[in-house]
Amino acid sequence: MNITRGFTGRPRVDHPGLPPGQYDAGDEWPVLSAEVTPDLAPADWTFRIDGLVADPRTWDWEQAHALPASAYEGAIHCVTGWSKFGVRFGGVCLDTFMDLVRPDGSATHAVAYSHTGYTANLPLADLTGGRAWIVWEYDGRPIPSEHGGPARLIVPHLYFWKSVKWIAGLRILDHDEPGFWEGNGYHARGNPWEEQRYSGD
Amino acid sequence: MPGRIGVGRQAASVWRTATLTEIRRETPRAATFRFAVPGWPGHVPGQHLLLRLTAEDGYVAQRHYSIASAPDDSRYLELTLDHVAGGEVSGWFHSVARPGDRVEVRGPLSGFFAWPGDRPALLLGAGSGVVPLMSMVRHHRTRGLSLPLRLLVSARSPEELIYRGELGAETLPVFTRSAPEGVAVGRMAAAHVAPLLAEAPEDGWEAYVCGSNSFAEHASRLLVAAGQPVDRIRIERFG
Ligand SMILES: Cc1cc2nc3c(=O)[nH]c(=O)nc-3n(C[C@H](O)[C@H](O)[C@H](O)COP(=O)(O)OP(=O)(O)OC[C@H]3O[C@@H](n4cnc5c(N)ncnc54)[C@H](O)[C@@H]3O)c2cc1C
Repeated sequence: MNITRGFTGRPRVDHPGLPPGQYDAGDEWPVLSAEVTPDLAPADWTFRIDGLVADPRTWDWEQAHALPASAYEGAIHCVTGWSKFGVRFGGVCLDTFMDLVRPDGSATHAVAYSHTGYTANLPLADLTGGRAWIVWEYDGRPIPSEHGGPARLIVPHLYFWKSVKWIAGLRILDHDEPGFWEGNGYHARGNPWEEQRYSGD
Repeated sequence: MPGRIGVGRQAASVWRTATLTEIRRETPRAATFRFAVPGWPGHVPGQHLLLRLTAEDGYVAQRHYSIASAPDDSRYLELTLDHVAGGEVSGWFHSVARPGDRVEVRGPLSGFFAWPGDRPALLLGAGSGVVPLMSMVRHHRTRGLSLPLRLLVSARSPEELIYRGELGAETLPVFTRSAPEGVAVGRMAAAHVAPLLAEAPEDGWEAYVCGSNSFAEHASRLLVAAGQPVDRIRIERFG
């Protein structure tokens, strides 16, 4: 261990929900995105799933809202170090969309992409089984555009750069294909509990 | 949008010991910390690193910091830190750190905000957001590059303008609280950005925006409104 002289850190409370190397951001919700926040109206938003699926489909705002509602309540973790507890997102569970397009047996991964061109890769196993959502509400209100509104993906068990803002679609693949940050040195999977921050972790 | 440079996977996964060699005051709230980092693989202007402090009981705090120095100064690295009120890491730097102290760094990270010096660059920063942009300005100078580079920087007052004595003809400062005689006080506005876009080189600018989130939102919207293509705006938000 490489102790820093005179550094004690701030008094800590043991938080069982805090992954290693993270701190509790409290009420703060920092914005991290490398792009210009788009002006994307709900009427112009669409969500598509294609690639290795039996029945590729596109949903518009109303069609997506007609699907059974689902919510996530819990924590989110950003690779820059903050975690946020007790957040509430409302939308539709990704399984609902997946059941309608029916991925092939050979499908293993997905690239999630935004209306702005941002991408993130994810193993299919991280997107199914009630662990990922397409959401449009935060705390009962529309998600602000700088946080990904009108609709974003959330995959809360992975670092939040995987939770693509302004989500436009998923391309289902039989191999892994690095997305934006993964191509810029970040880890391919990004599990906060294993501190998979950068490639090589 | 693609990254600007390839990033070494190996280099980014290693923690290296950085020894503080010098502290230089920049403004009442910001200081530059110069480190010797044996084995540092070098960086491209605009990149940042991850810095880690370890307490005696094993507690670690890690934060991202942009690299301020030009890559040519390869045996040394400089970081410029704002003193955040109540800040855990910047607080240690501003009240405890002295030459000889050792911390750990990992990087450089991210190939996205990088500027290798290959395209005309329009830089917009506020507060400590000027740090990675200064690395670009220094690179431009030390290499004697002739391609256009302009820096638009916002600070509360001349006293709070980081690198004040070093900024030159490439820079237009904007002051939000108090300004020298004859200089207007106010936020960065279309009137600052439009002339720079009007004098854009033939293939346009590569724009780099850095600072707090509210500044990044404001400045990137000004650029878009003035006609800068969204896919040629790179943003680094300090959170
Ligand atoms: C890519 C990137 C590059 C960056 N580059 C730079 C740079 O070049 N220069 C620079 O100065 N900064 C930079 N930053 C910001 C930097 O990473 C830190 O966020 C900043 O230095 C503050 O860290 P800190 O430990 O001092 O403050 P923190 O301890 O993180 O505190 C920040 C604020 O939150 C409050 N706070 C947080 N947790 C608690 C708690 N548990 N109890 C009480 N209060 C709390 C503090 O009071 C303070 O107001 C960069 C950030 C990013 C993402």
